[in-house]
Amino acid sequence: MYDCSRTDQRSIHGDVMKLTVLYFARMREAVGRSRDILEAPATVTNLGQLRSWLISRGEPWSSAFSQVQPLRIALDQVVSADDATLRDGAEVAFFPPVTGG
Amino acid sequence: MSERWRISVHQHDFDPGVEIESLRNAAAGAIVSFVGVARDFSGDFPVERITLEHYPGMTERSLEDIVRAAHARWDLTQVRVIHRFGELRPGDRIVLVATASSHREHAFDACRFIIDYLKTQAPFWKQESGDQGARWVQSRQSDERARENWDIQQDLTAQKQ
Repeated sequence: MYDCSRTDQRSIHGDVMKLTVLYFARMREAVGRSRDILEAPATVTNLGQLRSWLISRGEPWSSAFSQVQPLRIALDQVVSADDATLRDGAEVAFFPPVTGG
Repeated sequence: MSERWRISVHQHDFDPGVEIESLRNAAAGAIVSFVGVARDFSGDFPVERITLEHYPGMTERSLEDIVRAAHARWDLTQVRVIHRFGELRPGDRIVLVATASSHREHAFDACRFIIDYLKTQAPFWKQESGDQGARWVQSRQSDERARENWDIQQDLTAQKQ
C-alpha cells in the first residue's frame, strides 16, 4: 500500500521528485519567470545535481546559469551547499548574492 | 514572536523615533540605532528609483536567525529590525536596526553585527533605475569582509577561553 505519510516519498507518477524552484533578481530575469514546479528524475538527489539537470535541459537554464554568477542556492529557505539532499516537495531558490540593507 | 525582538518586513515607511522609543526600558541603559537610507547616486549613475525585491518567508527567517545570534553573543534586552521592500525613492528609509542593553558596548556591537550580517545574508536585492536605465546593485567585498570580521572576532574570543 502506498504510504503517503513519508516526507521522502517519491511521487506516484514514477520515480520522480516534485520540486518548487524559485528564481530571484538577475536569475529571474535570465530564466524569464519567477517560479517553476518541476518533477526531477531519480538521479537528481542533491542541489548540485539539480543545477546540472536544469542546465542539461537547455534553455532558459543553460544560458541563465552561465550568465548569472556567482549564484547562491537555498533549500527550504536556508542557503545550502551543492551536496544538500533534496526531498519531495522541497522549495529550492536560485539567486545572486544579496544586496539588502 | 519573541518578546526579546520584533522583526518587520513590509512596504510601508516607519518612524525611527517611535521605534527607538519602543525599546526604552528602565532595565537597559543604552539604546543604539542604525537607519539605512536610499541614496540618489551610485558611482556615476544618478538614481531616481530603487526597487527592492525580496524572498517572502526567507527574509523573516534570515533576520530572525541573525537577531537570535546577536542575542546569544551579547546581553540585550530588546532588538527591533525593520526592512522595507518594493519601490522606493532616494532619501527614503530602507532599514532600521535598534538594540537595547544595560551595557552600551553590547548595544553598539550587536547593532553593527546585525546590519553587517543583514547586508550579506538577508534575501533582498536592490535595483536602481534612472534616466540612464536600470541596473542591479552589486554585492560588495567590503560588506562580506565586515561580516567575516565578526566570525574572526568570535574565533579569537573562543581561543582565549
